[in-house]
Amino acid sequence: MTRRPTAPPGEELVLDPIACTGHGLCAELLPERIVLDDWGYPMIDPQVPASLREHALRAVKACPALALALRQARAG
Amino acid sequence: MALWYLTRGTGAAALVLLTLSLTLGVVNVQRYASRLVPRFAVDGWHRTTSLLVCVLLAVHVGTTVLDGYAPIRLVDAFVPFGGTYRPVWLGLGALALDLLIALIVTSLLRARLGLRAWRAVHWLAYACWPVALVHGLGTGSDVRPGWLTWLSLGCTAVVIVAVGVRLADRGTAIRVRAGAAATVAAGVIALAIWLPSGPLAGGWAAKAGTPPSILGAKAATTARSHR
Repeated sequence: MTRRPTAPPGEELVLDPIACTGHGLCAELLPERIVLDDWGYPMIDPQVPASLREHALRAVKACPALALALRQARAG
Repeated sequence: MALWYLTRGTGAAALVLLTLSLTLGVVNVQRYASRLVPRFAVDGWHRTTSLLVCVLLAVHVGTTVLDGYAPIRLVDAFVPFGGTYRPVWLGLGALALDLLIALIVTSLLRARLGLRAWRAVHWLAYACWPVALVHGLGTGSDVRPGWLTWLSLGCTAVVIVAVGVRLADRGTAIRVRAGAAATVAAGVIALAIWLPSGPLAGGWAAKAGTPPSILGAKAATTARSHR
């Protein structure tokens, strides 16, 4: 049996920069964490608190290039 | 008879929404955006209209099968060209439905399939639309130059513009674009020849393969109503 941590660990956004084709939907859907650079590619602040989880998931699902993912934050 | 009208109504509505979905798909892939219409909105509308087409087609198929007027089984809605009622033209509807199911299922599983496989299947959207159009023109029992014909031609015009915009995109290889343009042109010419000589010419119901039992019943009812 594994012990569950008392607080749920945070999640983080991961961008696959090779897959990304700069459609920019993610920045429209999650402006709190994603802004576009001058060429239309996203610059990401990966921390996703619980309050933004729903919006982050929406951004992940909207990505036409499947280049954005949400995963468990690594410990440390 | 009410169910038969519902069949026809949902069929026409499905064609309009399928046209809208294809157009939105092109707008989406061309990355159109403005202050009023952001990218995610176009993407969302494309997904929503596609799912809405499925709902309409569920009613379209359901009412067709439940209505006792024409001998159409549930199998005929999914397995093309096996029916007794206008087999070719009904079969095209089944084919379009199968293509649409493939498009929807792969899109819902896109994250698992990966982009390449999804994209390869998604090209079928350009095949699904004309097949659905010809199904509508060939099966719609009274396509004399009426509203259904004009609606179909209107949708055709919209799709030609949308595909034209897509083909103008230099991102795709010139060979592919030239081939696609030739295919579209051939399709338009074929439609221009087939429509006046086929569905719009007299006696289409019999030529299309309507069972004689229904044709006889129809002639009897019209004769009675004209008396």
